[in-house]
Amino acid sequence: MSLMLEPSPEMIKSERIFAEMGLTDEEFAMVEKILGRTPNYTETGLFSVMWSEHCSYKNSKPVLSKFPVTGKKVLQGPGEGAGIVDIGDNQAVVFKIESHNHPSAIEPYQGAATGVGGIIRDVFSMGSRPIAMLNSLRFGELDNPRTKYLFKEVVAGIAGYGNCMGIPTVGGEIQFDPSYEGNPLVNAMCVGLINHHEIQKGQARGIGNTVMYVGAKTGRDGIHGATFASEELTETSEAKRPAVQVGDPFMEKLLLEACLDLIKSDALVGIQDMGAAGLTSSSAEMASKAGSGIEMNLDLIPQRETGMTAYEMMLSESQERMLIVVKKGREQEIREIFSKYDLEAVAVGQVTKEKNLKLTHKGSIIANVPVDALAEEAPVYHKPSSEPDYFREFQAMTIPAPQISDYKTTLKDLLSQPTISSKEWVYDQYDYMVRTNTVVAPGSDAAVVRIRDTNKALAMTTDCNSRYLYLDPEMGGKIAVAEAARNIICSGAEPLAITDCLNFGSPEKPEIFWQIEKATDGMSEACRTLQTPVIGGNVSLYNETNGVAIYPTPVIGMVGLISDLAHITTQEFKQAGDLIYVIGEAKSEFGGSELQKMIDGKISGPAPVIDLAVEQKRQQHILQAIQLGLVASAHDIAEGGFAVAAAESLFGQNGLGAEIVIKGDVISALYAETQSRFILSIKPEDKEGFEALVEDASLVGTVTHDATLKMVNEAGINLIDVDVSELHAAWKGAIPCLLN
Amino acid sequence: MKFAVIVFPGSNCDVDMYHAIKDELGEEAEYVWHTADNLDQFDGILLPGGFSYGDYLRSGAIARFSTVMTEVVKAANAGKPVLGICNGFQILLEAGLLPGAMRRNRDLKFICRPVQLQVENAETAFTNSYSQGDVINIPVAHGEGNYYCDEVTLETLKANNQIVFTYKGDNPNGSLEKIAGIINQQGNVLGMMPHPERAVDSLLGSNDGLMLFQSIVKNWRESHVVNA
Amino acid sequence: MYKVKVYITLRESVLDPQGTAVKQSLHSMTYNQVQDVRIGKYMELSIEDTTTDVDQLVKEMCERLLANTVIEDYRYDIEEVVAL
Repeated sequence: MSLMLEPSPEMIKSERIFAEMGLTDEEFAMVEKILGRTPNYTETGLFSVMWSEHCSYKNSKPVLSKFPVTGKKVLQGPGEGAGIVDIGDNQAVVFKIESHNHPSAIEPYQGAATGVGGIIRDVFSMGSRPIAMLNSLRFGELDNPRTKYLFKEVVAGIAGYGNCMGIPTVGGEIQFDPSYEGNPLVNAMCVGLINHHEIQKGQARGIGNTVMYVGAKTGRDGIHGATFASEELTETSEAKRPAVQVGDPFMEKLLLEACLDLIKSDALVGIQDMGAAGLTSSSAEMASKAGSGIEMNLDLIPQRETGMTAYEMMLSESQERMLIVVKKGREQEIREIFSKYDLEAVAVGQVTKEKNLKLTHKGSIIANVPVDALAEEAPVYHKPSSEPDYFREFQAMTIPAPQISDYKTTLKDLLSQPTISSKEWVYDQYDYMVRTNTVVAPGSDAAVVRIRDTNKALAMTTDCNSRYLYLDPEMGGKIAVAEAARNIICSGAEPLAITDCLNFGSPEKPEIFWQIEKATDGMSEACRTLQTPVIGGNVSLYNETNGVAIYPTPVIGMVGLISDLAHITTQEFKQAGDLIYVIGEAKSEFGGSELQKMIDGKISGPAPVIDLAVEQKRQQHILQAIQLGLVASAHDIAEGGFAVAAAESLFGQNGLGAEIVIKGDVISALYAETQSRFILSIKPEDKEGFEALVEDASLVGTVTHDATLKMVNEAGINLIDVDVSELHAAWKGAIPCLLN
Repeated sequence: MKFAVIVFPGSNCDVDMYHAIKDELGEEAEYVWHTADNLDQFDGILLPGGFSYGDYLRSGAIARFSTVMTEVVKAANAGKPVLGICNGFQILLEAGLLPGAMRRNRDLKFICRPVQLQVENAETAFTNSYSQGDVINIPVAHGEGNYYCDEVTLETLKANNQIVFTYKGDNPNGSLEKIAGIINQQGNVLGMMPHPERAVDSLLGSNDGLMLFQSIVKNWRESHVVNA
Repeated sequence: MYKVKVYITLRESVLDPQGTAVKQSLHSMTYNQVQDVRIGKYMELSIEDTTTDVDQLVKEMCERLLANTVIEDYRYDIEEVVAL
């Protein structure tokens, strides 16, 4: 690893060393053309990380450009650390979701922990105070030691980092499916609050201003992490372990507090997290966005190890570091802000007029390349796309309703499917209450966090049913956005915007690229109809193990605004005598359903159909009804269908039960996963007002006080009659049971 | 009454404590950074939860050597009420202001959940607004709350009625004798793992913790009326 | 220059849930010969040459900070190393 061994430009070219670093022949030729010479080792490294999919979105740019990204309330769309949406009273909400899939597959605890750390930095680098964390996790089935290990360690890593930071982890989702066996997904979302005038940008403005380095020292960890994230996992990935970084949440907590002090200083010009590709991306992007250049002396970079080369420093992904630009001559003020927290702020360079990233090390210029070439001019690929055979086959199928005779046992079995069952084993390990604003805790449709000193709150959720996306990416993409909005609406909030984390297989394969295209088409349409623009996100491609891709999994993170604390609504039935309504009729739709997966062991057929106009109308009606105080409880009907949703409405441990009449085809009514459906309870005195407002509502039963769930058909014949405690035990015990 | 909320690097329940005092209790509170060398102006000292110094080495082990801890000891010796919650309790143990030590939770996992506590001693400066045997809802959130002390110490705690709170029902962390909170022999230093400052507003699930803070104020007012 | 290796373990009377979990895991892997597992901490200290008694110094550090003697035992090895 010493300087002496670095290959010469000639060797890099003749021995195609650039290819090992992730550049193609064409890309290397482009670099030579941009520079007018052959790049040296460090420069080749700069291009290889900046032109990786993770940093440049070179494969996904054409599809990302389809997303609606603007709206009346959008203050910051994609392109900065995180997106920002106005919530009134001079306040705004900042949020973003990001993947850490590959590091978590190799070292689950640290991979998940540093994923949490990275997304938190994205949010506070905007000048915002992080107020909540969510996550979206996917694993194989919990039937083997490796998956159990990954699951336990990922959860522990998220808890370890988030708890120490004092940011509550308030919600999320977990899906278990063989599709994720070798390639688990770990997506973390952070939500922050900010006052409008405190919004920061990652820009290196003002020629002559000083570039300062703050936070942890640089070591050799995570070198080529961004490139690593842009390759598929193979058996040799285990050998790449050094690419995984180790997190230090204590350092990050200090950095957070120091940076939030820093933004109050008018000496600050710009700030950006050193995330993927560390010093390289932060410096090149800050300069490129400001139309300037940056000159840095790498001898001044705080280093944790001895003998580091320029290449190693520029590509290191050591955690808990920030790059800031401050007004020239004000450096001492900045140092004082950081020294309160025993942190160093070190001047390492300056903003230049010449739009280059110019690096010196040990007295010589070691790199001198145009910042725009690094940050903006990565090639964009329009990958070939082709409809896979499986899609045509699934579309042609008609899936008959499964044959079921014992409705109660089927309901219990569904409730104990790990994807449906209680996630208490998980969120019990997350401090979801710190900062004392969590009104609705994990386990609900959406988490609700109040905004202190106002009468408002934020609802937030992460959602994606990837089984539907596999069967039909476009339909599934629409459903993912719609389901997130349903969860937000059910909590009493108006959806504001989304952040997305596009987890897919290798875009080199036309069938996978087709999935990406179709899924983003569906998402875009749903975002337009439901008026939830995309304000930022992240793309994670190459999620494959030994050539097999995961299900297409574009995770949606959505935030909504509750304008009055009195509107906060939860899914549990509240009082005996309340009327139970179902919104929307069930159809015989079982493709990709939990029931199909449970019975067949696999999924097939067409995904459920969604009509976005119907979806939007129902959501608006329900939100109006909630805002008028007409709704006692609200829950969306999702995995497992109506029977599961009804059971979940009884898990409030308040001793209530329900009597429900099932109309039409029983199996569809109980278990089909038809879209745009809800189960609500209403006080008897609100019946008229509610029915007048919510036109698709159908009265199906009443809440009782005997803690049993009774379902009968229209002829009065008993279908299900079971103690709520029996259902609750099946639902609550499933995951702990599988882990023991 | 004026409270100091001590802030160590890595404290993270300081904000919750501050708002509980200011907004819900309606008394004065001020954040005090760990480098402070004088607490004379404060009537009560609060050590909040969190991960001081990242909980590296052992929870509370490094924080106890902070400059401000000399002042906390001085305040405790002067009879001022000192309350350590969660990490604050761990610091009080490491500093020797309370006996015993904390081990990792029995199940080796961090736990965050509402639990029920039983008030074992309602005659302290921190619990006089409760009644003996009251069962209250207060959340826990910790990875190392498994209280331990040797038998002699346990006998002393019992003999002096120093066990103030115990867990009702399940023992969440494996604590000896289900101990959730203890007080010193002088009766002015209380350490507890559960978070009363998170239970001061029924919107968030419980306000059973508010009476603990009210007890402190009530006791302080009474003793200051007598002294006046 | 002294190189000091400090070993800290839970006192024998104190339950070690981590050790118990590891023991059970080893047993489930059929290493039934394992009778007990105790998990502790290991630290390496590099201490410059000093006129004070190094043994006394290390002991003091263990008592004051490195170990919590309410629940932990400690032992240490001191090795004098000559800089090259």
